[in-house]
Amino acid sequence: MYTQAMDTGPKEERKAVRSVEEAELERRFDTRIDAGEFIEAKDWMPEHYRKTLVRQISQHAHSEIVGMLPEGNWISRAPTLKRKAILLAKVQDEAGHGLYLYAAAETLGTSRDQMLDALHTGKAKYSSIFNYPSLTWADMGVIGWLVDGAAIMNQVPLTRCSYAPYARAMVRVCREESFHQRQGFEALLTMMTKGTEAQRAMVQDAVNRWWWPSLMMFGPPDSESTHSEQSMRWGIKRIGNDELRQKFVDAAAEQAKVLGVSLPDPELKWNEARQHHDFGAIDWSEFWRVVGGDGPCNRERLAARVKAWEEGAWVREAALAHARKAVLKESAA
Amino acid sequence: MSSTLTPNPSPSGRGEQSEWPLWEVFVRSKAGLDHKHCGSLHATDPTMAIQLARDVYTRRQEGTSIWVVRSDQIVASDPGEKAMYFDPMEDKIYRHPTFYELPKSVDHI
Repeated sequence: MYTQAMDTGPKEERKAVRSVEEAELERRFDTRIDAGEFIEAKDWMPEHYRKTLVRQISQHAHSEIVGMLPEGNWISRAPTLKRKAILLAKVQDEAGHGLYLYAAAETLGTSRDQMLDALHTGKAKYSSIFNYPSLTWADMGVIGWLVDGAAIMNQVPLTRCSYAPYARAMVRVCREESFHQRQGFEALLTMMTKGTEAQRAMVQDAVNRWWWPSLMMFGPPDSESTHSEQSMRWGIKRIGNDELRQKFVDAAAEQAKVLGVSLPDPELKWNEARQHHDFGAIDWSEFWRVVGGDGPCNRERLAARVKAWEEGAWVREAALAHARKAVLKESAA
Repeated sequence: MSSTLTPNPSPSGRGEQSEWPLWEVFVRSKAGLDHKHCGSLHATDPTMAIQLARDVYTRRQEGTSIWVVRSDQIVASDPGEKAMYFDPMEDKIYRHPTFYELPKSVDHI
């Protein structure tokens, strides 16, 4: 799973006044970036680089965790034991991805509690895709195929991100993510080739609902993206939103033919001259509405996270108290 | 991740901390190989740290053995002194076998 939210945070002004020493440190930092070197946690880095990364990595982590909700919704209603085991493994992976990413963000000097607090109070964003409901079993397949497919397109370039702890976490995430997309596609293919007419209609309906939100996962066009340019300069981002989105459309259009579903875009067609698919205009007003908090499930998702955090408080406290007691006992013995 | 020099809340130390301490996780992927650092996690005690490390870092048989160590117990070299510390080895090329030119017939040694 991936967050496009790096492009949706408030635009921060860079500090204009810097000391001579700081300017020299920044010059050396830029040279390292230009040479393609990785930056490690304890290396000097510009404050703005650190802030950008904390925002992006923590929002990426939040997306993994909130992303467990639409799929968790179907664990108890999976059609077979096999599909249930697969879905459980996938949702557990998303939790793991969230944890790798929180750990990476913590190396930048922000605490887990601070990040969770930002999520729970609505200050931090997560990927807008998870504010859509998962209405049928076919949604589980389509989330794997399209949503995880879009996530993989976004995430592979992040394995070369200049911030090494993030890049290392992304290597691990990408290694596991391929199973997510394949299991989704396979579940859909089973319904399309062996299912009933009603099941095929269910798949088509799910594709129709998830197609456009999946395209929005790549974030606004590069021309309107507030953070893209600086992130490219620093090697946090390697490929622009538009290029990744095009790559995704080209791949998905071919995969849809194999599945035997149509994509809900009358303007989608191969352009021989461009060697790419043309596609229709994205409704960015919907995107900004969902990012801004007014999607179909924003309130429900956040409420579920806050509830889980609050109801788990006694467990966290009890575990800590138990550990303290054990230490005391040991020192007394 | 390598947040090894950051002070962390300790269960026996600062009483009011509510965040669980941070641990670094090392995994041996198979017998015969070294344990390798693979990430970090929060846990209240060593037993929990090992259990969580298994769930977070070895869901696909990536390991046969796990080490965990409290992050605040790791002593690390100072990244600010990297050059002073490691650069003196740069000009000691005679420490490498390729420094020595030998006749072709014995060059495999």
